[in-house]
Amino acid sequence: MLKINNLHAQIEDKKILNGINLNIKAGEIHAIMGPNGSGKSTLASVIAGKEDYEITKGEMLFNDNSIDELSAEERAHKGIFMSFQYPIEIPGVTITNFIKTAINETRKARGEKDMPASQMLKLLREKCSMLGIDRKFLSRSINDGFSGGEKKRNEIFQMAMLEPTLAILDETDSGLDIDALKIVASGVNKLKKKDNAVVIITHYQRLLDYIIPDYVHVLFDGKIVKSGKKDLAVELEKKGYDWIKEEINN
Amino acid sequence: MIDLKEKLLSSFIAFENQTNIDSYVHDIRSEAIKQFESIGFPNKKLENWKYTSLKNLLNTDYSVLPEINNVLEFKNIKKYLIDDIDSYKIIFVDGKYCSHLSETTHEGMDICILSAALTQSKYELIIENYFNKIALKDGITSLNTAFSNEGAFIHIPKNKFVEKPIQIIHFSTGNEASLMFQPRNMIVVDENSQVQIIERHQSLSENKVFTNSVTEIYADKKSIIDYYKIQNDNLQASLIDNTYINQQRNSTFSMHTFSFGNELVRNNLNISQNNEFIETTIKGVTIIGNKQHVDHNTLIQQNKPNCNSHQDYKGIYDNKSTGVFNGKIIVNKQAQKTNAFQSNNNVLLSDKATINAKPQLEIYADDVKCSHGCTVGQLDKNALFYLKSRGIPEKEATALLMYGFANNILKSVKIPEIKTRINHIIANKLGVKIGFNL
Repeated sequence: MLKINNLHAQIEDKKILNGINLNIKAGEIHAIMGPNGSGKSTLASVIAGKEDYEITKGEMLFNDNSIDELSAEERAHKGIFMSFQYPIEIPGVTITNFIKTAINETRKARGEKDMPASQMLKLLREKCSMLGIDRKFLSRSINDGFSGGEKKRNEIFQMAMLEPTLAILDETDSGLDIDALKIVASGVNKLKKKDNAVVIITHYQRLLDYIIPDYVHVLFDGKIVKSGKKDLAVELEKKGYDWIKEEINN
Repeated sequence: MIDLKEKLLSSFIAFENQTNIDSYVHDIRSEAIKQFESIGFPNKKLENWKYTSLKNLLNTDYSVLPEINNVLEFKNIKKYLIDDIDSYKIIFVDGKYCSHLSETTHEGMDICILSAALTQSKYELIIENYFNKIALKDGITSLNTAFSNEGAFIHIPKNKFVEKPIQIIHFSTGNEASLMFQPRNMIVVDENSQVQIIERHQSLSENKVFTNSVTEIYADKKSIIDYYKIQNDNLQASLIDNTYINQQRNSTFSMHTFSFGNELVRNNLNISQNNEFIETTIKGVTIIGNKQHVDHNTLIQQNKPNCNSHQDYKGIYDNKSTGVFNGKIIVNKQAQKTNAFQSNNNVLLSDKATINAKPQLEIYADDVKCSHGCTVGQLDKNALFYLKSRGIPEKEATALLMYGFANNILKSVKIPEIKTRINHIIANKLGVKIGFNL
């Protein structure tokens, strides 16, 4: 589904990604871990199409087509979704308004008609109850005055509404208490299907107790330095990242 | 080319010949034309006119006493009305009252026209008590006073809740090359009465139009007035809107000004709180582009204790447009225990757009709560990326952000149909087809 070959990216003159290789197939869950400043969030933003970053080398293929030149909205139309580490507050725009616009613009780009209002309403209700969200939440402004947990839950709600093929969850667990974490994780698990994939970016192994990854990668200094299965995450949690740094240096 | 000031001065005699020179108003007009003769039009040397030049506007040969009276039908004007609500309508075409398009009343209140009020003896007292009492004697207002003859006349007596909003619309058809209009509205709302008013000036031709409008509003004890100005005229039309409001004890006045159109707009909004427990709210949304220019020059004078004022103006400026926010709130020495809040936020969408913002609070009392804030910024790039990452294209994402920015002002609009209309105008203005009003 997503194939990243030798990806180098920088912001202004600062090199952040130094040759990423990653192959994600439908039905898989990948976890990307790594210390602060290793490039995890940059990788997520580059896949989602944030224009601040410049790709200097390598390529990203989504279902065998290059997405390097596509705008963020075009990538979204192809089914790429990123849950933000710090969701943006947009006062004055309601969640319903936002979601409705997002869904219909995506449908328009795919040559489909607007979703009928009744179907939209049904979908909104369905996803709200799935994530245990009060429907009053829909008429609130996007993330405006939301708690950390509410913001993250709102991200997963958007994911549920948009049903992406590839979802990248950028530190969705940070700032969540254990109850909120469980709700978010169960939401992600319910959305997981055979034909979609999830990339979880996280510092800690905690979230991976609830969403079990097929592969775990360690990002360090803009490169994937180690890949393994679920037990790699457990090992990282126990030992920290220093042993990996040593391994690289040797 | 003949100088506009000279032309106006020499036209005054012809204008006065059409009216009754024995009337009370004749003396006021004669005084006003002298005042205009000595002061003239404002120029950029005046502090309050520093950022707005009338040079281009005045450099046009206007027909200043348009004779024509084109016949308009309802279908010609429908789209400029809020036509999905039951309302009173006072419609003028080229400065003349148009009875077949209007819906006025004299039943228990007067919702009619100034020319009638100025000439009929039953209105003598109210004219003598209220006409030209709070309008300033500056050049531009004096000019209007000198030529004042027609406009809306609204008198709501005591304890009256006016159920239908009143729409005042001044149309110009501009068959002659260029036209100048000087409408004069007078609104008196007596004790414990309530009214909603929508005002609009609309040109129906592509010719140049210059409107110099004056409105005087008296809000008596416990009265509640909601006033809406929709300024969405075509790019050949310019408007100087002078509005004076006198508020009495326990009165509530709110003004929403929506500025989207016109080549040049100058709003002189002048509010005086003359007793205790008064509420004043003035809000504005300005969205302009091209080479448009909109200037909000507002003054709230808090003269007495225990009053509140709340000002919130938001502006979005694209292309080479220029905006001015010159908002002043004066809290006088006597005005203890008052609250005054002023906020002005601006977004520049282009490198060539300009906003000159000058928020001012002058406080002479010591036991007050006052604040003001002013921002000038650009679109939040992170917010834009957030929306785009959900599949919303750049143009629509920009529109959503702009709409969200302006939305706070729309919240306090009490007539839902106005909200819907403004939403449509904003969507049009931003070039998107999004149903905002969810």
